[in-house]
Amino acid sequence: MTDGVGGVQLEGWSCPLPLRGQDRIVLGHGGGGVLSDELTRHLFLPAFGEAARHATPTDSHVLHLGGGTRLAFSTDSYVVRPLFFPGGNIGELAVNGTVNDLAMSGAQPLALSTAFLLEEGLELAVLGRIAEAMGAAALAAGVQLVTGDTKVVERGHGDGVFINTAGVGLVPEGVDIRPERAQPGDVVVVSGPIGMHGIAVLSEREGLQFGTELRSDTAALNGLVEVMLATGADIHALRDPTRGGLAATLCEIAETAHVGIEFDDRSVPVPEAVRAACGFLGLDALHVANEGKLVAIVPSHAADDVLAAMLAHDLGKGATVIGRVTESHAGTVVARTALGASRVVGRPLGEQLPRIC
Amino acid sequence: MKYLDEFNDPALAGRLFDEIAAAATRSWAIMEVCGGQTHSIIRNGIDQLLCDRVELIHGPGCPVCVTPLEMVDRALAIAARPDVVFCSFGDMLRVPGSHSDLSSVKAAGGDVRVVYSPLDALALAAENPAKEVVFFGVGFETTAPANAMAVFQARERGLHNFSMLVSHVLVPPAIEAIMSSPMSRVQGFLAAGHVCSVMGTWQYEPLAVRHQVPIVVTGFEPLDVLDGIRRCVLQLEAGRAQVENAYPRAVRAEGNQVAQQMLARVFEVCDRQWRGIGMIAASGWRLRAEFAEFDAEQRFDVGSIAADEPARCRAGEVLQGLIKPDECECFGVECTPRTPIGAPMVSGEGACAAYSLYGRLRPEEAVGDD
Amino acid sequence: MCLGVPGRVVEVRHEQGARMATVDFGGVTKTVCLAYVPDVDVGDYTIVHAGFGITKVDEASALESLRLFAALGDLAEGGAGGEVGMGPAT
Repeated sequence: MTDGVGGVQLEGWSCPLPLRGQDRIVLGHGGGGVLSDELTRHLFLPAFGEAARHATPTDSHVLHLGGGTRLAFSTDSYVVRPLFFPGGNIGELAVNGTVNDLAMSGAQPLALSTAFLLEEGLELAVLGRIAEAMGAAALAAGVQLVTGDTKVVERGHGDGVFINTAGVGLVPEGVDIRPERAQPGDVVVVSGPIGMHGIAVLSEREGLQFGTELRSDTAALNGLVEVMLATGADIHALRDPTRGGLAATLCEIAETAHVGIEFDDRSVPVPEAVRAACGFLGLDALHVANEGKLVAIVPSHAADDVLAAMLAHDLGKGATVIGRVTESHAGTVVARTALGASRVVGRPLGEQLPRIC
Repeated sequence: MKYLDEFNDPALAGRLFDEIAAAATRSWAIMEVCGGQTHSIIRNGIDQLLCDRVELIHGPGCPVCVTPLEMVDRALAIAARPDVVFCSFGDMLRVPGSHSDLSSVKAAGGDVRVVYSPLDALALAAENPAKEVVFFGVGFETTAPANAMAVFQARERGLHNFSMLVSHVLVPPAIEAIMSSPMSRVQGFLAAGHVCSVMGTWQYEPLAVRHQVPIVVTGFEPLDVLDGIRRCVLQLEAGRAQVENAYPRAVRAEGNQVAQQMLARVFEVCDRQWRGIGMIAASGWRLRAEFAEFDAEQRFDVGSIAADEPARCRAGEVLQGLIKPDECECFGVECTPRTPIGAPMVSGEGACAAYSLYGRLRPEEAVGDD
Repeated sequence: MCLGVPGRVVEVRHEQGARMATVDFGGVTKTVCLAYVPDVDVGDYTIVHAGFGITKVDEASALESLRLFAALGDLAEGGAGGEVGMGPAT
């Protein structure tokens, strides 16, 4: 069938069999996995047409302004339920998230805009707490909140609060960090233990409630990136494994750069509490969101220096090498299991649903 | 983590692989009944590392996969009602019905919620007296005690807005059906550990005798699965056909008698359609008449359901172990986790999903030794 | 059918007439119903499925299983030539 809107031809989607009955957005489309990616590639980009011909699949886009000045530009929206969770709230996520998107291009973040979509009936005290958290997070990251907007939707049509932040930053001369630059021989480093944010948020969700000391790891990573760059290393790629987890991030890099990535299951740092929660919920820690971690693809000769710099920084204390970039199985991520077998690591499909039976 | 980490020890796993290879003098085909075991096997690569002489056939022990299509359609119809809060375990959300799935019903405005336990649904019923709260009670014998308690408690507490859509299935009749099929190649079984924690091992004795197959009650961690395989191979080599318990830390011969008493109180045996397989007599549980008030199938009249399964889906053959998921023409092409045609591609325990998620490299792509 | 995870009971109480517990799964705790495992008490491990303890984990059996695995191959290693067929007694 052809939908007359903007010439989008739904039958032209790449999947040979349209998802049964799916002509609507499902939660999975926001999950950061396969469904999200499909929506971008098969609905948004074709619909935007020529106007989006320079769009990049990375977290932030670098604009060349002339005279060697490069401006990184990024946007992200925050829809988390519950609004408050162990370790933070939606406000911190909104600031740190966009700061991190900019930092993943090697940019020094300068300024953020903040746009709010508020549900009628939201308590002002709640909004106040969120705003205070945003102010504090911005100061900690060294960025200014310079402009914004507020809209209100009718009661019943929002999750309380949706926040969009957009940000700009400057990419220092000589820094060229893009997923395409990942090359065979490079080392894959993760800045610390994974799965904390996703599990902290899930622990408060209705129908699941469980007790944990796990707190979200939400943090601004621009300071960590700065010390990594200060080593003089030619870092090839940086990515923060948010929705979709470490698996999605590694898959994106492998696909974009058309390289293989291999890692050892046992070398990925997973806190025991994350392992335990994933165990009884039936989740895979590799698919769980992080909000204060990064993955770095580094040339092997520079790996020691970069790792040392990370370990010396507050946010990189758990940094470790987990694998390497290879020529073989280009575009595919492979993990070696504890028993010595190998398996292909894919992205999660969509929303992380606890598997029970 | 205690009782998990120790049973994941790679060095001990290596010994078990060696023992199995040393013991197997000829080819054997063993079926692991439980979807959780399939998941563990594929995720850890156990089938990759097992000696070629031992073949693992994946069985129908995925309750999500075998929930009859008609029951899924019924669930979708109930969930779409504006007065209903429909609660379900997570992996039922994307199981394809004839025309839709719970995830799509949710997208269209249905109040569909994922819960960890039927007790969470019961709590929702207590907190929302003006709503009808329905729980989708699927599962094998492991899950039935939880579902039985929820219904029992609903009656005790007078939560009349709570009901359950029951679609329980039983393992022993499934084994009987598999062994009775002339096309079956199964020579030994790994019985489902947690099903046996509840029901005990005594139900399997007549099956072992009647069909002359070893049945080894097996757990889920790599060492548990490997030990189950090892014991099964040893029995096959020695020409024995006995019920053996390879999961003694969680299974006793008599099972959990408190649970069995509640099950007998709340449920009664009935015939059940197994999706992809067909009718297996006396293979399910339904609510007893005295609990009819809490039976969602009776409470909600959703009209006649005309279940419509796509002909090209070979889930039934996969579930019976007649083909491997990647032997189906649709696997990875039309049928993917993103676009599932049948239930085994969706469920966390489904064989097709396991093969897809923990996909295999072609031999020339395999990770080399460092 | 099977996601049953072992956890340690840290606290037992009664709620709505049912015996409930806080179970620790290695740093994460969950409320679990112990109605089906009256023999499980504080300090014991139970396998939890869908919010219910379904059995007590028998420590002695667990240790015995691990001892058995560790002993595998020792007969072949200690003996001459590593003969096939010397499987451990079941």
